[in-house]
Amino acid sequence: MYKKIFIEPLFKNNPVSVLVLGICSALAVTVKLEPALVMALSVTIVMGFSNAIISSLRNTIPNRIRIIVQLVVVAMLVILVDQVLKAFAYEVSKQLSVFVGLIITNCIIMGRIEAFALANKPLPSLIDGIANGLGYGIILVAVAFFRELFGSGSLMGYQLIPASWYLKNGGFYENNGLFILPPMALILVGVFIWVQRSIQKELIEK
Amino acid sequence: MNTNNNLYTIVYATIMVVVVAVILAFASSLLKERQQRNVEIERKEMILRSVQLGADQAARAKDKDSYIEAEYAKYIKDSSINEQGKDLTLYICTIENGERFYIIPLKGVGLWGPVWGYISLKGDFNTVYGATFDHKSETPGLGAEITTPAFYDQFENKKIFDNSGNYVSVLVVKGGADASNPHEVDAISGGTITSKAVEEMLFKNIKEYTTFFAAKLKEAEERAAEAALQMQQSDSTAVTPTLQVNIQ
Repeated sequence: MYKKIFIEPLFKNNPVSVLVLGICSALAVTVKLEPALVMALSVTIVMGFSNAIISSLRNTIPNRIRIIVQLVVVAMLVILVDQVLKAFAYEVSKQLSVFVGLIITNCIIMGRIEAFALANKPLPSLIDGIANGLGYGIILVAVAFFRELFGSGSLMGYQLIPASWYLKNGGFYENNGLFILPPMALILVGVFIWVQRSIQKELIEK
Repeated sequence: MNTNNNLYTIVYATIMVVVVAVILAFASSLLKERQQRNVEIERKEMILRSVQLGADQAARAKDKDSYIEAEYAKYIKDSSINEQGKDLTLYICTIENGERFYIIPLKGVGLWGPVWGYISLKGDFNTVYGATFDHKSETPGLGAEITTPAFYDQFENKKIFDNSGNYVSVLVVKGGADASNPHEVDAISGGTITSKAVEEMLFKNIKEYTTFFAAKLKEAEERAAEAALQMQQSDSTAVTPTLQVNIQ
């Protein structure tokens, strides 16, 4: 059962490509691969812990302030992640800047708390949170891979396209500026959804 | 237990907020020192970069923090000048051969948040020796490119005064700057607002120092003239007067 909870969000029930949640940050942090990786890791940690905490409190939370309690817990975890990044990975935290704070508004986190953690025990909730974070991370890294490769000609900051290929150095190649802009992330996510739906026919609406 | 009870809800909310506040306060006080150190190291690294120092990759890889600290202590001196009732910070860098560079801190407003940087001038208070920039939240891949060497290396050997001594600063030009023009550098494609912000930041910040520079140059000229005069009087030909500017 735990295995199923873990495997499903990775592909079959992916939060981005199937549930179409968390699109906003997928557009914002995928220009380069490195911030996308750190973002994916941060979301996974926050989602795992917030699911586990809310799940262990689920029988005590007053129903009327349920959403507020969830938000406070998520916000606390996000601030902790932000502070730790600032202290131990300063360069990366500068790149992510406001986006770490915006994890609070990532719809996947609230979605998983409401849909899963409130109805399940802490351990399955922890697994569900981590799996959904990884599912989100897979899409994020895939989008960032294409955007950095075609938009900047590099991966993880290492230049892959030789400098002599570029037009300005007398070559034939030019980076595709559209890949740097947010619309391209949306197009790429659309392509991933297309690919997934052509594999998983049951997702196609009648 | 009835979790929908009003009293229960209020008590629950109160306890939750207090617990969360304690956790966050604790984490913040625990990590504060390290965070401040990171900010300080970064500031020093930028100042060093603006005078083309602190780039020894091997030493950086070994222990970046202490390397930057040591280099900073070795070359850079903080100083403050008072100009028209305003305290201005000026960093003075003295390298091995005795040559001095004057580093001006820059602060400006970009598209999404603050931009800042440092620009260093040679002893003539005109020629740019180096520059470096940073930003809080400019668009990655576009405006954020001001932090790359491709952008800030362009500033070397640009001039902030024209031939007749008027202040023009360095302009960030859209659509390709003429490399031989001493007052122009290329803007970043797709980052026009950030590029313009850098231009404005340079203009405004350096302007505050111009009267100070003029005074220093005049002082240096007078001293040189005096030295020349003395030399004529003593009829000595062995000593050549050196142009030396001192700021304390």
